Amino acid sequence: MMDVASKIVGPGGSRTEALMAMLFVASLIFALIVPFHAAWAAPANRSWLDILAQWAPLIFLGFCLNVLMSLIAVVLGTAAGGLLGIGQSAPTAWIRKLSWLVTEFFRNSPTLVLLFFCMYMIPFQIHVGPWIVPFPGWVKAVAGLSLSKMAYVSEIVRGGFASIPSTQWEAADALAFSRWQTIRMIIFPQCLKRMLPPWMNAYAIMIMSTPLASVLGVNEGLTMTRAAISAVGRPDMLTPFYLFLLALFFIYSYPISVWTIRLEHRYAMKT
Amino acid sequence: MQNWFEHLYDVTGINLSFVYDSYDRGKFLSGIELTLEMAMICIVLSVIIGIVGAWLQNSQFRITNALVRAYVALFRNTPPIVQLFFFFFVLGGVFSFHTHTGVFRLSNFTWAVISLSFYYGSFNIENFRASIEAVPESTVQAAEALGFRQHQIYFNVVLPLALRFSLPGLANNLVSLVKSTSLAYAIAVPEVLYVSSEIWSEQLNVPEMMTVLLFFYVFLVGLLVFALHRLETYLRVPGYSQRA
Repeated sequence: MMDVASKIVGPGGSRTEALMAMLFVASLIFALIVPFHAAWAAPANRSWLDILAQWAPLIFLGFCLNVLMSLIAVVLGTAAGGLLGIGQSAPTAWIRKLSWLVTEFFRNSPTLVLLFFCMYMIPFQIHVGPWIVPFPGWVKAVAGLSLSKMAYVSEIVRGGFASIPSTQWEAADALAFSRWQTIRMIIFPQCLKRMLPPWMNAYAIMIMSTPLASVLGVNEGLTMTRAAISAVGRPDMLTPFYLFLLALFFIYSYPISVWTIRLEHRYAMKT
Repeated sequence: MQNWFEHLYDVTGINLSFVYDSYDRGKFLSGIELTLEMAMICIVLSVIIGIVGAWLQNSQFRITNALVRAYVALFRNTPPIVQLFFFFFVLGGVFSFHTHTGVFRLSNFTWAVISLSFYYGSFNIENFRASIEAVPESTVQAAEALGFRQHQIYFNVVLPLALRFSLPGLANNLVSLVKSTSLAYAIAVPEVLYVSSEIWSEQLNVPEMMTVLLFFYVFLVGLLVFALHRLETYLRVPGYSQRA
C-alpha cells in the first residue's frame, strides 16, 4: 500500500492543475452567464456583478459558519475518534469489540441521516439546575458532523496503530512502560505522520458535508445562497450565486488537498 | 405479525407504522427500491467515468490530461450538495426544451444520479489512475522481455494487477456513494430518507423511523462491504495485497 500512496502524487503539476481549474471555472461562468444575461437582463436592470457584490458578504458570512462548524466538529470528532481508535486496539476484548461496533455503525450511516438524527433527538434546550443551555440548530449540526468525523478518525487511528510493528509494543513492555505511556511516548509519535494525511482528507470530506446542515435550516452558506436567490428573484442570478458559493468552498479546500498530497508524498518517501 | 406490531404500538408506544400500515409499507418499500436503484446506477456510471477518466489521464494528449485533472480538482473540492443544487437548479434550467408536447426536462432523479456519478467519478479516476501507476515497473519490463506487445502488456499484465490494487480504494468510494444517495432528499427525490420523513411527519414517530433508517443504511453498506470483500478475496493473486 505504501507504494500505491507514493505513486498517487504526480510529478509536480499542481500549479498547472490549479490554473486549469481556474480557467475551467472562468469558462463555465462565461458560457453559462452570458447567454442568460443577454436574454433576461433589461438595460434598466442592474448587472449580475452588481447584485452579486451586494449579496456576497451575506453568503460569505454563511460560509464562515460552515468553516466554524467544521472546525468545532473536527476538534470534537478527533477527540472522540481518538479514544475510539485507541479502544479499537485495546487488549481487552469487550472494549475492542464495542469500539469496533460503534465505529462501524457511524461509518456506515450517511452524514445526512446522522444530522437528521441529532436534529430531532437533541432537545433544543436543556435545563442544568438554574441555567438553560440552548442548543441552536448549528450546534446540533456540529454534533452530527462530529459523529461521522469520529468514525473516520477511529479508523485512521486503528490503521496508524496497526502500521507500527508489534515489536515496538513488546520492547516498550519489556522496558516497563505502562500501556498509556507506550501509546503516548512511543506509538503515537511514530504513527502521527502517517495519520496526518488521511486525517486531513477526512477534514476535507467534513467541510464538504457542512452544507448538508442547510437541509435542516441552519443559516450557513448554502441557506444564505438560496435566500439571496429568492430575494433577488431573477433566474439569471442562479448561476453566479451558486458558482460564487462553489468558488468559496474550492478556494478553501483546494490548498488543503494540495497540501495533503504533498505531505502524503513526503512521508511516503521517508518510510 | 401485523397485529403484533399494532399491539406493540398500543402497549409501548413504539410506532413502526411501516410494518402494519399497508400505505406506509408501500411507501417505505418504494423508497428502499429507489435508493437501491439510484445506488446501482450511480455505481455503474461512476466506475465508467473513473475508467474513462483514468484512461484519458494516462493518454499522451496533454489537453485531455489537463482537463481531467481540472475536473477531478473541481469536483473533489466542492461540496456534493451544492453541486447537486447547481446541477438541478442551474443546469436543469438550461437543459429544458420546449417541444410540441410541452416542456422537456430531466427529472430530479436523473439529476441526482448525474450529479452523484460525476462527484464519485472524480474519486474513482484518482483511484484507478493511482492503481495503474502502482503496477511495478519491473513487472512491465519483464513482460516486455518476454516479448509481449504494448496492448498485450496493457490488457494482460497492467490492467489485471491494477484492478486488484484499486479494490480497497474503490470499496471506500462506493460506500461513500451509497451513503450519499440520501443527498437526493434535498431535491425531493422520494428515496428512503425522503419517504421516511413523510412517514414521520404523518405518524409523528421520529425516533422509530430514525433508528430504522440508520439500521437500514448500516445493513445496506455492510452488504456492499461484504460483497466487495468477497470479490477482493476471490481475485487475490498470491504475493500481492497481503492483509494485515
